[in-house]
Amino acid sequence: MIKNYFRFLLRCARIALVGDWRYHLWLGWLAVICLLGLNAWCKQLVHGLIITGMSDQVSWGVYIANFTFLVGVAAAAVMLVIPVYVYKNKELHDLVIFGELLAVSAIIMCLLFVTVDLGRPDRFWHMIPVIGKFNFPGSMLSWDVIVLNGYLILNLHICGYLLYTQYQGRAPSKWFYIPFVFVGIVWAVSIHTVTAFLYVGLGGRPFWNSAIVGPRFLASAFTAGPALIILALQIIRRTTDYHVTDRALLTLRSIVQVSMLVNVFLLLNEVFKEFYTGDLHASSARYLFLGLHGHHALVPWIWTAIAFNLISMTLLLLPLSRSLRWLDLACVLAIVGIWIEKGMGLVVPGFVPTPLGELVEYTPTLNETLICLGIWAFGLMCYTIFLRMSVPILQGKLSKANETPGEINRVCPAIQSRTATST
Amino acid sequence: MDRRSFLRTSAVVAAGIAAIAAGLAPLRDLKNFESVEEFLQKHYKELTPEEMKQALERISREVERQYGLRPHVRDLKPMDGVEFAYALNLTRCIGCRKCVHACVAENNQSRNPEIQYIRVLKMPNGTLDMEKGDHNYATESVPEKGFFYMPVQCHQCHNPPCVKVCPVEATWQESDGITVIDYDWCIGCRYCEAACPYWARRFNFTEPSIPRDQVNPNMAYLGNRPRHQGVMEKCHFCIQRTREGKYPACLEVCPTGARKFGNVLDPNSEISQILKNKRVFVLKEEVGTLPRFFYYFDV
Repeated sequence: MIKNYFRFLLRCARIALVGDWRYHLWLGWLAVICLLGLNAWCKQLVHGLIITGMSDQVSWGVYIANFTFLVGVAAAAVMLVIPVYVYKNKELHDLVIFGELLAVSAIIMCLLFVTVDLGRPDRFWHMIPVIGKFNFPGSMLSWDVIVLNGYLILNLHICGYLLYTQYQGRAPSKWFYIPFVFVGIVWAVSIHTVTAFLYVGLGGRPFWNSAIVGPRFLASAFTAGPALIILALQIIRRTTDYHVTDRALLTLRSIVQVSMLVNVFLLLNEVFKEFYTGDLHASSARYLFLGLHGHHALVPWIWTAIAFNLISMTLLLLPLSRSLRWLDLACVLAIVGIWIEKGMGLVVPGFVPTPLGELVEYTPTLNETLICLGIWAFGLMCYTIFLRMSVPILQGKLSKANETPGEINRVCPAIQSRTATST
Repeated sequence: MDRRSFLRTSAVVAAGIAAIAAGLAPLRDLKNFESVEEFLQKHYKELTPEEMKQALERISREVERQYGLRPHVRDLKPMDGVEFAYALNLTRCIGCRKCVHACVAENNQSRNPEIQYIRVLKMPNGTLDMEKGDHNYATESVPEKGFFYMPVQCHQCHNPPCVKVCPVEATWQESDGITVIDYDWCIGCRYCEAACPYWARRFNFTEPSIPRDQVNPNMAYLGNRPRHQGVMEKCHFCIQRTREGKYPACLEVCPTGARKFGNVLDPNSEISQILKNKRVFVLKEEVGTLPRFFYYFDV
C-alpha cells in the first residue's frame, strides 16, 4: 500500500521533469524570477523591512494586498465545486480538480506572502499551538492561520485522493472524499470571511470597520477566481491534448457574470455610504477616490480598477462574450481590476490618513516588488507542475497499468530490491 | 544513463545549485543573527525565576557586547494596589516637544531611524479633528497664537485592541494597567499597529542604532531594554521608573507641569483629584478602548 503510494509519487515527480521545450522554457523562466525574489527576500532579512515602502504610518503594503487577493482566488475554487457536487453539473465535473489545484497553489502563495511580511519570520514557531502561544479565539489572525492551513490540507487531500485512485484505476470511495468536499465548501467561504474580519474587526480604522467588507470580499473573489480558472482551462486546452469543452467555459462565464454584477452593486453601496453622509470617517475613501489635501497616489489606480470592472461587466452581460476572445478580455480586465481594488484599493487607504490624521503615502519599492513577483512565479510554477502531473493521470496515460518495473529500477534500485524481497 | 545525458544532467544540477547560492548570497551580511538562547527563549509569562535570571544575564551580555557598558536590567513586577493613569493639561502644554526627546533618551529608542513614542499635534483652536492638526510643525518658537498642542502616546487602554489582535500573545495588559510587549516573543506581523486607534505603536523596520554614550543603562525587561530589528515597541509609562516609584521621563522634563501621573487606586493622589474635579475627556471615546490617558482644559 505505502509502496504503491510511494511509486505513484515518484512517477508524478518524474513526469514533472518531462516536457517539450516550451514547458522547460516556461519553468526555467519562472525559476529565474523565483530566484530573483529569493534574493530580494534575503536582502530584506538582512536589512529589515526598511527596504520596503512601508512605514509606521502605512504598516501593511503589497504583501498583505496580494495575500488578500489570493485568499479570494483560493476560495473561488468552490464555484466549481458547488455546481458539480451540489447541482451535479456534468460539464464541469472533470474540471473541478483543476480548480482545487489552483486553490492549493493560491494558498501556498498566501502563506509565503504572510511569511515575507513578518518582521521576525524566524519566530514563526511562536504561532504553533502547544509549543508556542496561540491567541485563539481572540485574534482574527490566529483564526486565519487555522482556516488557511485547514483549507490547504482539505484540498490537498481531495485532489491527492482523487488523482491517486484514478492512477490506480479504481473508483474513489465516496466516504473518503465526499464529506471533505462539503466541508470544503463551507471552509472556502470561511477563509475569505475570516480574512475580511481581519480588517473589519479594527474599530480604529473606519474604512475597514464596515459590515460590507466581508460580502464584497466574497463577491470579488467569486468573480476573479473563476475568471482565472477560465483562462487556466484554455491554456490547458491549448498546451495539452486534454479536452475542455466550450460549454464548460460558458458555464463558468455565467458564474463570473453574476458575481461581477453583485461585486459592482456592493461597490456602489459602499461608495454611497461613504460619500453621501459626508462624515469625517470618509477620509480614507476620499483619499482613495478623489485624493486628500493634495495627496492622490491611489486615485489613478482605483479609477483604472473601476473602469476595468465596468468594462468587464458590460462585456460579460453582452452576448459578445460568448465568443472566447471577448470572454478572455473580460476575464483579464476583471482579474486586474479586482487585484487593484482588493490590494492597493483596500489595504493602503485603510492606513491613510493615520488614526492621528497624518497623511503619509505608500509606494512599493523595487525590492518589495521583486519579492512579490518571486512569490507569484513560485505559485505559477507549483500550478504548472500540478497540472503536468494531473493531466496525464486524468487522461489515463499515467496509471498503475503502465508502470514498468525497469523505470522504478532506474530511479531507485533500493525500492525495487525491497519489492523483490517482500514478494 | 549514458555519458552524454549524465553530463547534461550534472550541468543542469550544478547551474541550479550555483543559481540558488547566488540568490542566497545577501545572507552573508546577516550580522545580528540572534543567539540560540534568544531563539529558544520562552514567553515572558512562562519563564521560571531561574530562567528569568538567565535571560537577564543574556540581555546584559548582549548590551555589553553591543554598547560597551554593563546595564542594570531587572524584571520589575507591578506593585500591589497600584493602577496608573495619566492626565494631560491641554491649557498648559506649549508644544515644546521636550517630552518627545526625553522619552527617546530614557527608553533607548533607535536614533537612526529615530523612533518616537510621543507625537505632538499642533491643533488650530476650535476643533478636535486631528486631520486638521499639524504633525511636523517647525516654528522658531512655541506656543503660537490661535493653536493648542496635543501630545499623543500610548493610552494604556482598559480594553486594548492591540492586545486582542496579537496572534501570539506577545503583548498584554499588566495589573497596574500598563500594556507591555515581550520583545523576544513578538513576530513582527504589525497587526497591533493596524489595530491601535491612537497610532501609538512603533515597528523596528531595521536594526536600531543608539550611540554608545547615549544608552540608558537603567533597564527593565518589559521596558526600555534595547530592542532588535523586526519587533514592535511603544510607550510603557517608563516601567523602569514608575514601578520604582518615580515619575515617567516625559513628566519630569515637562517645563509647564502639563503632565500628571499617578495611582488612581489611591483616592488622595493628584491624578485621582484631577479625574474627580477637572472636566476630563479621552480621545475617540466612541471606539470603546477606555484609555487610562486623559486630557483636560484648565480654564
